[in-house]
Amino acid sequence: MAETLKSISSPKLSVNILTEDEVLKIHTATLDVIETTGVKFPSHKALDILEANKATVDRSSMIAKIPGHIIEENLANAPSTYTLSALDSNLDLPLDGNHSHLGTDGCGVEIIDIITGDRRRTTKKDVSDVHRLADYTNEIGFHWVSISAQDCHPKSRSLHELEAVWSVSKKHVQTESIVTEEEMKTAIEMASVLAGGKQKLRDNPILSIMQCTTSPLGHDGGSLEAGLIAAEAGLPIGYMTMASCGSSGPITLAGNLVVGNAEVISALALMQMAHPGCPVYYAAAQTAIDLRTGGYTGGGPEDYLFGAATNRLADFYNVPLSMGAFATGAKEPDWQAALDNGLSSFMAVSTLSDMLLGAGLLHGSRILSYEMLLMDCEIWSMLHSMFKGIVIDDNSLALDVIKAVKPGGTFLSQKHTKINMQERWVPTLIDRRTYNVWEQRKDGAREWARERARQILRDHNPIVLDQKASAELTNIIKKHENSYCN
Amino acid sequence: MSSELLSQLTTSIIDGDPDATHELTKKALSSGIEPMSIIKDGLMPGMSIVGDKFSSGEYFLPDLIIAADGMQKAMELLEPELSARNQSIESAGTVLLGTVKGDIHEIGKSLVGTMLSANGFKVHDLGVDVDTDIFVQKVKDVGANILGLSALLTTTMTVQKEIILALTEAGIRKDVKVLVGGAPVTRSWAEEIGADGYAEDAMGAVQIARNLMKN
Repeated sequence: MAETLKSISSPKLSVNILTEDEVLKIHTATLDVIETTGVKFPSHKALDILEANKATVDRSSMIAKIPGHIIEENLANAPSTYTLSALDSNLDLPLDGNHSHLGTDGCGVEIIDIITGDRRRTTKKDVSDVHRLADYTNEIGFHWVSISAQDCHPKSRSLHELEAVWSVSKKHVQTESIVTEEEMKTAIEMASVLAGGKQKLRDNPILSIMQCTTSPLGHDGGSLEAGLIAAEAGLPIGYMTMASCGSSGPITLAGNLVVGNAEVISALALMQMAHPGCPVYYAAAQTAIDLRTGGYTGGGPEDYLFGAATNRLADFYNVPLSMGAFATGAKEPDWQAALDNGLSSFMAVSTLSDMLLGAGLLHGSRILSYEMLLMDCEIWSMLHSMFKGIVIDDNSLALDVIKAVKPGGTFLSQKHTKINMQERWVPTLIDRRTYNVWEQRKDGAREWARERARQILRDHNPIVLDQKASAELTNIIKKHENSYCN
Repeated sequence: MSSELLSQLTTSIIDGDPDATHELTKKALSSGIEPMSIIKDGLMPGMSIVGDKFSSGEYFLPDLIIAADGMQKAMELLEPELSARNQSIESAGTVLLGTVKGDIHEIGKSLVGTMLSANGFKVHDLGVDVDTDIFVQKVKDVGANILGLSALLTTTMTVQKEIILALTEAGIRKDVKVLVGGAPVTRSWAEEIGADGYAEDAMGAVQIARNLMKN
C-alpha cells in the first residue's frame, strides 16, 4: 500500500498563460454575464438564498441575476487553503496552493476486463477492484469514484460506490455521483461513521463532493441542493464546468472561460451565502467540440490551454482547483492517449492546479482501462521528476568531480554518481531495452501494465474497515434503500 | 428574375445566412413564385451542396446547423402557403424526441432534432425532464414512427428502459421504433433494454432513423 504519496510541490517550472490584466478582463466579463444575463438555478431552495442575497430572481425561468459585488463579497469568505483528509493522516492532502495531487478519473460506464480483455458495463465489484489498484500506487493521491456501480439501484448507486472504495483504501475520496439531497445525507452519515462523528468529519473531511454545472450558464437542481447539504456538513464542495467551445460555450477560448467561470463562481458564491466560510473549490474540464460530430473531444490543444489557464482563475478567487486533465479521447492506451495525457497533465501542473482528474479512463472518460491507469501513473511520475526542475548548487554543479574525471574519463565510477543517482528518473513502463531484446517478444508498456495490474489485484488486499464499521455502512445503505429505492 | 431569386436563396443556404434566407423567401413569395418551387429549386439545392461539403470535410457541423436553421426559417413562411394550396412535403418519418425524467441535458438531443429535421423528418421535441407517461401519450398523439430518448447521466439512462417497458404496457411498443442516445449510453445497453437503435452522434442518429424507416 502507498505509504508516501507522490504529490508535486514547490515546482521550479511554470507557464505564463494569462497576465493579471487578462485574468481581470475574464473576471469583469464574467460578472457582467452573471449580473445582466444571469445563471439558471433550477431549485427554489437555491433561488430563495440568492434572492435573500440581493439577486434578481425570475421564478418561471429560474434565472438569477446576481450583482457582481455580491459574488465577490461571498467568494471572499471561502477558505483559501484546507486539507483533504484521509482515514490515515499520513495520506492527508494539503490544498495549500503549493501541491498538485493526482486522482483517478471518473465516472466511466464500461471497463476493459483485466482477465478477458473484453469491454463490458461496470459493477460495484469493479469499483472496488479499480480503487484497490489505485490504493496500491504512490501516484494516486485520492480516489475520484472512477466508474459507476451499475448493478446497484440508481438511487443508492453513489452510496455503494463509496462503500466499495472505503472498503479497500484509506486515501481521501471524492465523488461526483451524488445528485440528490437524500443520497447526500446518507453519504454524510456513512462518512461520519468512519470519521468518528459529524464534528470530526467537519474537522477532517475524508469525503469531498463534486457537482457538475449544466453549460451554458446553468445548474442542475439536484446538484445544487445536494451541494448545499454537503456545504452545511463542512465537506469540501466543488462545481465543475465542462463548457465546450462551439456548443455549450462560445467557440473562442476566452469566451468559453467566461461562460464556465460564470457557472462555477455563481455556484461557489451560493454555497458561501448559505454557509459562510465553508470549504469550496473550483472545478473545470472545458473542451472544444469535435467540429465534425459535435462530440466531446477529451484532448487537443484547447484542453491543454484550459488546463493551465483555469488555475489562474482559481488563484484569482483564492480557492483550490480540481482540473480535468488526462482523460484522453483515445479508444486504447496508445499514441493519442500518451500525447493527450502527457500534455494535458503537464499544462495543468504547470500552474500548480491542486487536484488533477484523472487517471485511468479512455474514450473521453467513459471506459476504464487498468493499463491506462498504470500508464497515467508513469506519466505522473515523470512530471513529478520534471517539475523539480534543474537544481543549481555546489553539489549539482559537480565541479570537484568534473575536475577529477578530466577530459575523456568516465563518471560511471564516481562516488558523486552513486550518491546522487537516486535523483534520476527510473521508468517502469517506458521501454529502454536494446532492440535485440525487444525483438524477442515485441512486448511493451501495455503488456507490462496489464501484467502488473493483474499482480496487484492478486496480491494487494488491504483490510481497511473493521467488521463493525463495515456492518454499519451496509446497514445505513439498506435503510436508505428501504426509504427511497422502491 | 425568379431564377435569380432562387439562386440567391440557394447561395444564402450555402453561405449560412438564415436572415437572408428568410428575407429572400418572403421576396420570392411576394413575387409570385410557387412555394413548392422555392423549396425544390431554391432551398433544397443549397441543402444538398451543404451536405456534400460536410461529407467531403470542407464544412463543419456548425455550417450544417446554420444551413438547417435557414431552411427552418424559410419553412415557417412556406408551410402555411403549402397548406393553403393543399400541398405538403413528403416526410421521411415522424420522430418524437426528448430527454428523460430527472435529466435536464438539452444540447445533444436538440442537435439530433435539428439534423433529423434537416433530413426531412418531422420532429416533435418534448424538451427535457419529460415524464414517462408524456412520452407514451405523445407517441400516440403524433403517430410517431420513431421515439428518440436522450439521457446524459448513468442514473437517468435507466429511465430509457422504463419508457420502453411503459410502451409495451400501453400496447404500442410494436408501433414505434425506439432510438436511445447520450454520453453513457452504449450499444450493449441499447441491446439490453430492447431499443431498436443507438447512435453516438447526430449524423449517426440520422442514418439509423433512415434505416429504421426502411424496415
